[in-house]
Amino acid sequence: MSDLKRTPLFEWHKAQGARLIDFGGWEMPVQYQGVIPEHQTVREHVGLFDVSHMGEFYIKGDKAKDFLNRITTNDASKLYNGRCQYTVMCQPDGGVVDDLIISQISEDCYLAVVNASNIQKDFDWMQKNNQEGVELTNVSEQTALLAIQGPKAEALLNDFFGTNFSDLKTYCFTTANWNGDELTVSRTGYTGEDGFEVMLPAKVTSDFVKALSEKGAAYGLKPIGLGARDTLRLEACYSLYGHEITDQISPLEANLAWVVKLDAGDFIGREALLAQKEQGVPRKIVGLQMIDSGIPREGYGLFLNGEQVGHVTSGTHSPLLKKPIALALVQSGINLDQELELDVRGKMKKCLTVKTPFYKRPKGEK
Amino acid sequence: MSLNPEELRYTKEHEWVHLQGETARIGITEYAAEQLGDVVHVELPEQNAEFEQGEAFGSVESVKSVSDVYLPLTGRVTEVNATLADNPGIINEDPYGEGWIVNLQLKDPSKLEGLMSHDDYQKFLSEEA
Repeated sequence: MSDLKRTPLFEWHKAQGARLIDFGGWEMPVQYQGVIPEHQTVREHVGLFDVSHMGEFYIKGDKAKDFLNRITTNDASKLYNGRCQYTVMCQPDGGVVDDLIISQISEDCYLAVVNASNIQKDFDWMQKNNQEGVELTNVSEQTALLAIQGPKAEALLNDFFGTNFSDLKTYCFTTANWNGDELTVSRTGYTGEDGFEVMLPAKVTSDFVKALSEKGAAYGLKPIGLGARDTLRLEACYSLYGHEITDQISPLEANLAWVVKLDAGDFIGREALLAQKEQGVPRKIVGLQMIDSGIPREGYGLFLNGEQVGHVTSGTHSPLLKKPIALALVQSGINLDQELELDVRGKMKKCLTVKTPFYKRPKGEK
Repeated sequence: MSLNPEELRYTKEHEWVHLQGETARIGITEYAAEQLGDVVHVELPEQNAEFEQGEAFGSVESVKSVSDVYLPLTGRVTEVNATLADNPGIINEDPYGEGWIVNLQLKDPSKLEGLMSHDDYQKFLSEEA
């Protein structure tokens, strides 16, 4: 696996007993103790994820906000200093280039965090569509990103930084000092739990993680691999690029209408998405639950009366619910209040569409 | 009670076979179970189903992945381990005992000799690693 890219924590992962896999060109930990115990750690205590493979770009200039408004579907004018926003970039036909989080550092400086597998594609796309003449900088190589997620995340970070994050609202960020370095701490995540993401210079990451792990032991902090990252996000029904959203699937089809602001000025893909909204989406992402035994997996065909009406985009065994869960892309105009059949490796198994998400953390918890 | 791994025969697909008379018991090895991780579902064949040597007769699934289980020898399924439906994790806990998968009536028990011994399997594992 010598051609694979590595994060600053590669040696640390090995020392923690990680099983490493090729994840889109990156040598990443898929699990340490096992997907199920790691999943439970995040739902009950707190887990540490290395997501340094993700990409970070700075977007600077007087017209940076205009640029963001035109290149993303959400309303960037709602951003203010210290505010993050989940959004997508679309092609003119409404297919998704990527989903990303944009943070406003100042009126003329923004940070975009993008998917690892799309770093070059996204940067090229932004440069190609840079009519506002903004300054684009790709700092992915120098930048590490850690996610600290779970009900104990706030208490751990308060203790670790000696500050109080209780006033930091969801989808907001602040800075924190550690050993003379300024780190960015945002209340964001991809697990369905309360949690934070910490952006820091690659060169201090290893020391940071060692110190955090020491402090974290009392809070039940454990390292979490990409395996549990996937089961956690699927229970919470967060879209994963390449699965629920692709260049062939629009955000409206993927239940992301809440980040598509058709009345907030023009943006790339607006015309196509407006037409989809008026005429109705041709397909949509739905939740699936099995009636027969079997685990739905990505790519399995979904059938009604012997005709294929869709396919699974993501499926797994839910460690929390202890049963199979899946998301599927299904043709519109089908009565979904009836049994469907899933082709599980040649055997037709009965299933039903269900409301999503599969998991939502109890109200009152951040 | 768990079987003694040294007395079993093995396949390159990491199944084990234990022969008693004309009946063979099949399971997956400890190594296979560890590689797979926590088993959360086992797809079992129908009773009396017949399979050719090398044919997939079921699958063992973890949260992340699906592994086919292949029939090491031609035969007919006489019994499936029904407890796996409710407790698939027993494959991780006791792969050579309670975690067995099927019993088979073998067409030609002498073919068992073609499978790997415990020593051969250990050698095969070290070469694979």
